[in-house]
Amino acid sequence: MPIPFLSIKNLSKRFGSLSANEAISLELYPAEVLALLGENGAGKTTLTKMLYGIYQPDEGELILAGSPVRFRSPADAIRHGIGFVSQHFSLVPSFTVAENVVLGREGSALLNKKVLNDKVRQTAEHFGLALDPTSLIRDLSVGEQQRVEILKSLYRNCQLLILDEPTAVLTPQDVDKLFETLRNLQNQGLSVIIITHKLEEAIAISQRVAVLRLGKLVGVEQTQNTNAKALAKLMVGRDSVPVTRNEQHHQEKTTVLAAKGLTVKDKRGLTTLDNVTLELHAGEVLGIAGVAGNGQTELVDILTGMLKPEKGQVLLAGKTLDLGNTRAFEVAGVGRIPEDRLKGVIADLSVAENLTLEHIPQFSKTGHLNAKAIRQEAENLITTFQIKAKPNDKTRTLSGGNIQKIILARTLSKNPSAVIAAQPTRGLDIGATNFVHEQLLAQKERGAGVLLLSEDLDEVLRLSDRILVIYGGKIVGEFMAAEAELETLGLLMAGSKDVAA
Amino acid sequence: MDFVIALLGATLRIFTPILLAALGETLIERAGILNLGIEGTMLLSAFSGFVVAQLSGSLWLGLSAALLTGILLCVFMGLLSVTLGLNQHVAGLGITLLASGLALFSFRILYGGSSTPPSLERSFAQLALFKGTALEPIFSQYGITYIALLLVPILGWLLMHTSFGLRLRSVGENPEAADIAGLNVYWVRYQALIVGGALMGLAGAYLSLAQLGAFTHGMVNGRGWVAIAIVIFGNWQPSKVFYGALLFGFLQALQLRLQAQGIPLPYEALLALPYIITIIILALAGRNASYPAALLKAYRREGA
Repeated sequence: MPIPFLSIKNLSKRFGSLSANEAISLELYPAEVLALLGENGAGKTTLTKMLYGIYQPDEGELILAGSPVRFRSPADAIRHGIGFVSQHFSLVPSFTVAENVVLGREGSALLNKKVLNDKVRQTAEHFGLALDPTSLIRDLSVGEQQRVEILKSLYRNCQLLILDEPTAVLTPQDVDKLFETLRNLQNQGLSVIIITHKLEEAIAISQRVAVLRLGKLVGVEQTQNTNAKALAKLMVGRDSVPVTRNEQHHQEKTTVLAAKGLTVKDKRGLTTLDNVTLELHAGEVLGIAGVAGNGQTELVDILTGMLKPEKGQVLLAGKTLDLGNTRAFEVAGVGRIPEDRLKGVIADLSVAENLTLEHIPQFSKTGHLNAKAIRQEAENLITTFQIKAKPNDKTRTLSGGNIQKIILARTLSKNPSAVIAAQPTRGLDIGATNFVHEQLLAQKERGAGVLLLSEDLDEVLRLSDRILVIYGGKIVGEFMAAEAELETLGLLMAGSKDVAA
Repeated sequence: MDFVIALLGATLRIFTPILLAALGETLIERAGILNLGIEGTMLLSAFSGFVVAQLSGSLWLGLSAALLTGILLCVFMGLLSVTLGLNQHVAGLGITLLASGLALFSFRILYGGSSTPPSLERSFAQLALFKGTALEPIFSQYGITYIALLLVPILGWLLMHTSFGLRLRSVGENPEAADIAGLNVYWVRYQALIVGGALMGLAGAYLSLAQLGAFTHGMVNGRGWVAIAIVIFGNWQPSKVFYGALLFGFLQALQLRLQAQGIPLPYEALLALPYIITIIILALAGRNASYPAALLKAYRREGA
């Protein structure tokens, strides 16, 4: 066994009461690609940020080429030969490729552009990266920008390159090119850590796979000795734990909300939502399972009138809604529980104001607000929804759970026929989570259709009657909740193609 | 012809402090800081330069005091907006109010409320180039004017062809990228503030030590705000900022000449002319403005 380039020993990191990484020990060898696999929130990014000096570990140590090191800043890590390519590129759009690469390492006070361009070109050619040093970053594709990020690290003589979800933003063609580059680096003796939640990719590129779950390292496997199923099991890790799930079959098939052929392209021209069609029935909870960033945000935005898709239509009780018009959606009876609850309220307004904000016309006459009616309504809702606050409290001062209750109260008290709930319990404690679940189930009992988007598979299983899996902007599977197999769901969520849905 | 020559000479005299202030502001904004302290910084620099020159009898000491004042006020701006990360609008306006108030208050204490403003016995002399030619009246200017003219290409070169400039621009466009590249974002921003502050101090010194040889409380008279508009007009490039300042100086000189010629227009209309045209040009140029991407944003490292 060769000497490890980097040894991670008992590394722990806590954020408040949340343990993001717990006693992680891992070795990394020269000339190997290690895939770091795990669900959202498993602690992959936290771990790598400690390796790059962005976070300081609470416990544990790093041993680099035989001697203990401590990285106080990214600059520190760079000096020790660590390179990091994050999901959000840190490039200056108005600079050229070469300017971005040499920034901080110009070598002299005067910039000789020709010399610098040549140096950058040489480094790029040496590692087989196709880039023109003189082009401006803002004119480059995402794949090319990523190459610039890699080049930046290589220019600084990095020995270990860490890539955080590098394929999330790439087209399949760019993924192939990236993998070719990584193999190239490996052949030149570099170590590479690639973070991913896509099983197929981990298997395609790595020699070893390390799996994280809930902040703990749950397994390190030689890639050739494992397979997608085994890894999915490790990743989801609920093999033996029974999951409560909804066993009722609901029979009614009245469609309340229907989406047809929704297609969205982002600024870079990548398709983020690809011809999504779905039907939400009255009296059911339809769960959408998927890893973050697979089109859920776009779907929610369309279904609440915040985003106008390139193609497709949305119908409520058979009537076409005016896409991109939030007011029309609200009036027609679509209730919105937004993904980011702090964007769903105005933090500096009072509880009473936030509770009535979406329905202002009911509380005003010729532009004049009826303070008494607003207060009355607020007091009612505060009682009904058990909000721990007074009508005049600033919303900013409330806990996340109580803010979420304000949003629920405001939306659900209007008896919407369809409720779009995006990540409704993210970051909430158990008590508040249970309250949200009860409220959503009450809506279902009342006969509304509830669309639940959640990254928490347990939550989706517990509440849903029916489950759709979204991956890469497409619906890739449909199940009755009572019949869905965890493993199959996990594989589909990770984009595996060898599952018949 | 005499009219044109005199007009051009006056243009250069008027445009000098605006150009200097705008160049200083350009550097600071390219580093990501909108310094609305500029107006007060110019006034307090003009004042401190005047007082030191008067008390010591040395114009050079006065000039140094003005530069130092400019630098200190901009470093103070850095303390508020870079280190403490306060809102740049508030910090800048606060500094303008503070510095203006300090200048007027100190002036009252030192000179009382005398009706004739105190003046220097001797101010900077003009330096004539192209002697004996027709151009002499245009280029009979104070030394600071020539310095300002030289600074235009120098700063352009500094921004685009030195590592100092590259770093300065990087913290104004994407401080996170600069941080990850191992730069000290705060220190780079302070460097921009120091150089920019010196230029604003020089602009103030021009007014009190060269052009007027005296101090009056209205002597900056909105030139700082005009400089900020000219930075936008000039798209944050020293060469274009030069043209912007030149245009404003020309319009100002023109309206003064027209007033003197007795044009049958209310003088208020003429006074307003340069500002009206500035607004029109800004409205046109502002649409294509490409702001430094991190302008107005205090930088805080993630997780810190």
